[in-house]
Amino acid sequence: MTIFRTLLVGLGAMALGLSAHAAGGSKHAEAPEGGWSFAKVPAGQIDKESAQRGFQVYKEVCASCHGLKLLSYRNLGEKGGPFYDDAYPNANDNPLVKAIAAEDEILALEPDESGDPFYRPARPSDRFRSPYPNDQAARAANGGALPPDLSVITKARGHGAEGQGASYVYSLLSGYPDAEKIKSKKGDDGLNINYIEFDKGEVVGTLLQPTGQYYNPYMPGDVTAQWAGDPRHKPYGGFLAMAPQLPEGRVEYMDGTEATTEQMAYDVAQFLHWAGDPKQGQRKSLALPVLIYLLLLTILLWFSYKRIWRNVKH
Amino acid sequence: MSGHESTYKPASGFTKWLDSRLPIIRLAHDSFVDFPTPKNLNYWYTFGGILAICLAIQIITGVVLAMHYTASVSEAFGSVERIMRDVPFGWLVRNIHMVGASMFFLAVYVHMFRGLYYGSYKAPREVLWILGCVIFLLMMATAFLGYMLPWGQMSLHGANVIINLFGAIPLVGEGIQSWLMGGPSVGNQTLNRFFSLHYLLPFMIAGVVILHIWALHVPGNNNPTGVEVQDVKKDTIPFHPYYTVKDGFAIVVFLMIFAVFVFYAPNVLGHADNFIEANPLVTPAQIVPEWYLLPFYAILRAITFDLGPIDAKLLGVLFMFGSIAVLFVLPWLDTAKTKSMRYRPVAKQFFFGFVISCLLLGWCGASNPDDPLIAMGEDKLIVSYIDTAGLEGTRTFDEYEAAAEFRDEQQAAGATASMAVKKAPAFTFKILSQILTAYYFAYFLLILPILGLREKPKGEPDSIHKSVLGDHAPAAVPAE
Repeated sequence: MTIFRTLLVGLGAMALGLSAHAAGGSKHAEAPEGGWSFAKVPAGQIDKESAQRGFQVYKEVCASCHGLKLLSYRNLGEKGGPFYDDAYPNANDNPLVKAIAAEDEILALEPDESGDPFYRPARPSDRFRSPYPNDQAARAANGGALPPDLSVITKARGHGAEGQGASYVYSLLSGYPDAEKIKSKKGDDGLNINYIEFDKGEVVGTLLQPTGQYYNPYMPGDVTAQWAGDPRHKPYGGFLAMAPQLPEGRVEYMDGTEATTEQMAYDVAQFLHWAGDPKQGQRKSLALPVLIYLLLLTILLWFSYKRIWRNVKH
Repeated sequence: MSGHESTYKPASGFTKWLDSRLPIIRLAHDSFVDFPTPKNLNYWYTFGGILAICLAIQIITGVVLAMHYTASVSEAFGSVERIMRDVPFGWLVRNIHMVGASMFFLAVYVHMFRGLYYGSYKAPREVLWILGCVIFLLMMATAFLGYMLPWGQMSLHGANVIINLFGAIPLVGEGIQSWLMGGPSVGNQTLNRFFSLHYLLPFMIAGVVILHIWALHVPGNNNPTGVEVQDVKKDTIPFHPYYTVKDGFAIVVFLMIFAVFVFYAPNVLGHADNFIEANPLVTPAQIVPEWYLLPFYAILRAITFDLGPIDAKLLGVLFMFGSIAVLFVLPWLDTAKTKSMRYRPVAKQFFFGFVISCLLLGWCGASNPDDPLIAMGEDKLIVSYIDTAGLEGTRTFDEYEAAAEFRDEQQAAGATASMAVKKAPAFTFKILSQILTAYYFAYFLLILPILGLREKPKGEPDSIHKSVLGDHAPAAVPAE
């Protein structure tokens, strides 16, 4: 049994090593208080109401710059989706989904009968409308920065454990420094320079915020060049071109929920987590039956083994 | 075992007819039903069966995935996501295939360590061991090719790193490199050929697995005592039903662990960056292979020094390939007559050290080589300046205030001055991986050859059945 124990210890060490996989200089994203409903074992599911609100945040705030190109409108009304309705097992018939799709005008995939491209209202079977025709247009509209597509953003952040990507989105959106912490002074050229003072009792340093860039401790990056202060104590995080987007009351929730920054960040992270893996509800519902089946099979095989080997000394 | 008389008796007219033309049922019967197997095999011996299941799972899920996958740089990423979203149960098939690769390697490593511990590579099983090493190489190639297919950031940049390794080979390196890539850089043509080869290699693995089983069935199984079967009646039992049920039990336990990953943490064994579509213009902060290749990656990166005319890059490549090549000659490196380490008290210690160093190498492979493991002293600040006369200089400070004051003084005097962190000397991951690499090779090239000649084995039983019946015999099957 010593081999087994040794291997176990080794596997533990390996797991530690793996957790160091993507160690950047950013602050570790924590899950919101109470955790994520979908990360609960054995069969955690998306919080449907939160995901509906999250869709509203996406549509009213994020969608002007960020696409969801891997998602179709029908996905919203499919089982496990935020607008699933038992009355419409085929999401293409769901009137709510139809209405959501019809609000967007998209370029038709096929030209009209005279061969000209034309725009038409989207149908549930269409992919989500992209805010820009191409990456160049997206960069041109955003000061050179490319707003990433959000289809799989929650899978592309964190270490792959359930909910880490959503925690990243939540922490990033609600983790910008408070507005009153960002101060302004006149630079040598007469233009305003924004800066943030970092203090632990006394000021340890000042972080200059370049124009069009916003500091966020959860953003992977390096602030060495902008940091005036002891370089051994430079803050976590980096700059991104997206200004804080979710000030209190940015959206007015249809269900009357108070739209605090944390609430909106929580909801949109929930929605994006669903969007990153729309079949996760099915995955988690199937988990327990499969494991129970395997467990019963294990027990059966154990007793078969005991019985078959009963007369063999080994 | 060869020489073992066939006990197959065709029962029906059809099987009699077939048996005289193609005795395939007889072959299966003699290999998997009536095959005499040592009665003392423990659970470490179930991993052969587990690996057969892993290969079958990978091939079946892989064939289904290939029906929906599009091998083109513009569509590969989206087509994999489409499988996850729109193909009925595509998410399940894809998760099984993705997690299955990790499970396959987990099982193969246990299987290999088991072979090392019980001396399964020694005569008369050298060919069996070498075929196993061939399978391992093919598995690594297949896994690497497969990791490229989703066309994420790690796919592209990982492929770049590995293909560049071949560029280090003198004279032919660059030729091999562009031959592998099919062009001047990793692109659509590379993805297409990788897909083609990723589909081909598993069937080559299956072919070598057949040879592996054939080579196993000539001398018969090794066993935890390392003592060869002397009396078929007393020492062995038929494979079926004894080992089919025992392997079956182990396989289902293994499948439960498999299922936990598939359903609850399908992405945890991979890298998040691979969910960002490949972009040749953006390099990820850290390029790392999948976990199962990390120890070899650590060996590659541990070599940072030149040796005579061989530069560090080539030397690293040689060490990395050498770490696998050494396995092929292991049967002739280990000089010990005793097979099982159960009876080799000194070798046993070195073996456990070897297992731990492999795992720690994995940790080093995942970490940044320059990161300190144990820092010695505090980081200092260093101010570099060039004064108006063009003289360069540096000064080191402990305190930020003093450093900043000096820098400002220099700047006020018209010099250019800048401050940076001077890292404290540290025991880094690089040093650890160098020590572990040294141990890895020493284990095969020094310890096993020398120890075999000097060590006195202790308590080796005369035969399998005596070890089973003996009072002080170690329990072969710890029930759990």
